[in-house]
Amino acid sequence: MLQTEAYVMLSMVLFVLGAMGVMLRRNAILVFMSVELMLNAANLALVAFARQWGNSDGHLFVFFVITVAAAEVAVGLALIVAIFRTRRNINIDELNQLQG
Amino acid sequence: MAGYAQLVPLIILIPALGAILNYFWGARLGEAWSSRVAILASALSFVIALALYAGLNAAHGQASVVDPPLLDGWIRIGDSVAIPWQMRVDTLSVTMMLFVSFVGTLIHIYAVGYMHGDPRYARFFAYINMFLAFMFVLVTGNNFLMMFVGWEGVGVCSFLLIGFWFDKPRGEGWRNSNAAKKAMIANRIGDFGMLMGIFLMFWTFGTLDYYRPGEIPNVHILEKAVHEYELEHSAAAAESADHEEGGEGAGDAHGSLILTSLPAAEEKGDGAAFPPAHLDNEHLATGDLGVFGQAERLMAAGTEVQFGNFSLPIETVLVLITLFLLLGAAGKSAQIPLFVWLPDAMAGPTPVSALIHAATMVTAGVYMMVRSNVFFANAPLTSFVVTVVGALTALLAGYIAMGQWDIKRVLAYSTISQLGFMVAAVGVGAYSAAMFHMVTHAFFKALLFLGSGSVIHGMEHGHHHVHHDHGHAHEDEPFDPQDMRHMGGLRRRMPITWFTYLIGTLALAGIIPFAGFWSKDEILADSWLAGLHGKDLYQQFGGYIALALLLLAAAFTAFYMWRQMELVFYGRTRSPAADHAPESVASMTVPLLVLALFSVFVGFVNTPKAFLGLGDVLGNSSLTHFLEWSLANVHPWLPEGGVFNPVIAVIALALGLGGIRLARMIYGDGKALNSAGGDPLAARPSTGAIWRLANARLYLDEINFRFFENPFNRIGAFLADELDWKFWHDYVHNSVFLRGFNSLGEFLGRPVDLGLVDGAVNGVGRLTLWLSGRMRRVQSGYVRMYAISLLLGVVFVIVLLLLPLLQT
Repeated sequence: MLQTEAYVMLSMVLFVLGAMGVMLRRNAILVFMSVELMLNAANLALVAFARQWGNSDGHLFVFFVITVAAAEVAVGLALIVAIFRTRRNINIDELNQLQG
Repeated sequence: MAGYAQLVPLIILIPALGAILNYFWGARLGEAWSSRVAILASALSFVIALALYAGLNAAHGQASVVDPPLLDGWIRIGDSVAIPWQMRVDTLSVTMMLFVSFVGTLIHIYAVGYMHGDPRYARFFAYINMFLAFMFVLVTGNNFLMMFVGWEGVGVCSFLLIGFWFDKPRGEGWRNSNAAKKAMIANRIGDFGMLMGIFLMFWTFGTLDYYRPGEIPNVHILEKAVHEYELEHSAAAAESADHEEGGEGAGDAHGSLILTSLPAAEEKGDGAAFPPAHLDNEHLATGDLGVFGQAERLMAAGTEVQFGNFSLPIETVLVLITLFLLLGAAGKSAQIPLFVWLPDAMAGPTPVSALIHAATMVTAGVYMMVRSNVFFANAPLTSFVVTVVGALTALLAGYIAMGQWDIKRVLAYSTISQLGFMVAAVGVGAYSAAMFHMVTHAFFKALLFLGSGSVIHGMEHGHHHVHHDHGHAHEDEPFDPQDMRHMGGLRRRMPITWFTYLIGTLALAGIIPFAGFWSKDEILADSWLAGLHGKDLYQQFGGYIALALLLLAAAFTAFYMWRQMELVFYGRTRSPAADHAPESVASMTVPLLVLALFSVFVGFVNTPKAFLGLGDVLGNSSLTHFLEWSLANVHPWLPEGGVFNPVIAVIALALGLGGIRLARMIYGDGKALNSAGGDPLAARPSTGAIWRLANARLYLDEINFRFFENPFNRIGAFLADELDWKFWHDYVHNSVFLRGFNSLGEFLGRPVDLGLVDGAVNGVGRLTLWLSGRMRRVQSGYVRMYAISLLLGVVFVIVLLLLPLLQT
């Protein structure tokens, strides 16, 4: 049985990888995937702590996150597809029309 | 207390109701019904006055004070000012009510015929009913403020009725409304005096009530009445004693029983107790008395009245109050110097002249002075002034009346003259004689005015008749139906009018046994007595002056009245209108006949006992004794037999007959107008100047214009044109207001509004613009920048959250 610390460490690594991906990547699909990675890192931490404390609230919360993530993926991918169709480009650095 | 007196509010309410009915619904009622409503209202008030008279007699002449419902308190300010709406039923007010309502009713009936066909028929009856209501307010009030309310009310009605025909064509309506304004303005001057008198009274006494409820105006008469009452009772007791003892000792019983205590109060049917619990006012504190009771007490104590920093003795204050009241009376009762309005007031319809400007309203000033007899009796200086004013007015007005052509103007000056008689009577202290003359004068002067109205009516009809027959247009030709030069010979055309007019003339001229003889003689006899027995030099001197002037005025009266008789009724007719003048309708002649009857007999209400034993038959000075209950100073020299002086009576009668004889010599037998409408007196060199002076009314209007009206107009013009318009409007307004306003506006507009206010507002706007220009750079549109700032923000928050944990 692995220690809870190990899961948390893994979760941190995944989160940092996700965050780096969001910040550094220019492709919108990849940014999106990095966001998913960060969500799942959080899920992993929640499950780990839930197991640590023997409390099912963490598990419950994870299901909510997965549900919301699924919806988010549906909306997000649809948006990206729509953007790609109009602009033929999904480089987020070039999608800066909303600048002040 | 006495139940009968509760009727007194009705005497005001009923005519007021009649006025309201006629005012608002008169046009719909039609002539027949609107006159019926008005006559009924007036007749009902006469019935109420009769009922009050009967009740007053049953209550042994004791006054009652009534608080009408719904008017509780009237004026009440804190504890210092309390003026209740109380109505006083006493012998004085009932006397006024009786003759006002009786003469008023007859004149209402007369007006039915006189006003027939007038476009504002109902309005006329509304006004005269309203006049009656206000006249009753004036006489029934128990304080000077109520009297003033009535005083102003009758003034308004007088104004409305003088100017009743304000819409007549050819400038006549203009003259009528000017006459109304003149009456109003002359009365305003008098009202100023009245108000000042009332204010001074209130300052001095702290109340305006004549007498408080339960207060006894005349202690002596009450004592006398109770004494007689005791005598009666003791006689009755003695009689019953006689029956027991067999007719002996009755004389002793008289003597002893008078001195015993008062018999138990006898309950009358109406609940009035007689004899009353108190026989004098000693149990009342000075502050609980009315003005007259207080004035007597303060006079006895010689109090000083405080006016802020200085004080005046009560004698002086009373002189001031009475002088102000005299000014008020001079306005209302048309005395020197304010009498100028009354001759012009004849512009109103003749019933109005009869009712308001002869019989009732103009006597209000005399009534007020008689009511204030305590003040006047305690102010010898004012009494002297009153005497001189009254006697001079009587003489001058009588003189002017001799030279007038207008039939109503003669009567107007005659009224002023007779009012002068009454005022002079007040001045010499003969208050009951003034009231007596007021009553008799109301009858015969109303008769004369109504008779003149009948003549005018006949002349107008005759004029119309002539023009209707001839058919050609004489309508533009001015015709004055009131000018006596067009009359003459009307005796045959209008026999009833002639007959009643003759009676009125004889009564006014003071021919025995008509009413005027008795009342005029009483005034003359009282003046003589004042001269003989006056308390001080003022009174003695005043008495002689009054006697001399009034005797002369009486001769004038007879002369001008007979001149009028000759000009109007005798000789030949002098115009086609007079040839065709018809006798008036029955509703006009019946009141004439009734008034004529009263002009013969009303003098007998106050017959002196000394005259041929008439007093034994008709009662001894009944009116005087009746009035004694209300007037503390009814009659300073009243002997048991009443006032009668055969020598003065014979002199006055001789002067009266002489005046008539002289007028007959000059104007009689068709000599009236021999030369082109001129007066025979004017033609003679010896009398021409005298007559012309009278004809020009002593040039009083001209003097008035020269010394008052014109300078007043000029001062007014100066103040208006120079001071107000040029200086105030043009100069002061332009330089101070206009320029000041402009420069202030300039200052506020440019530096303050444009610079300060607009600068601040624009500055805020520009600051916002600049700031937002900087801030919008933050929104770069690079998603990755947003993500970094989000992350940094999260880290920052986490650090903030964790920092406290790290420190521990």
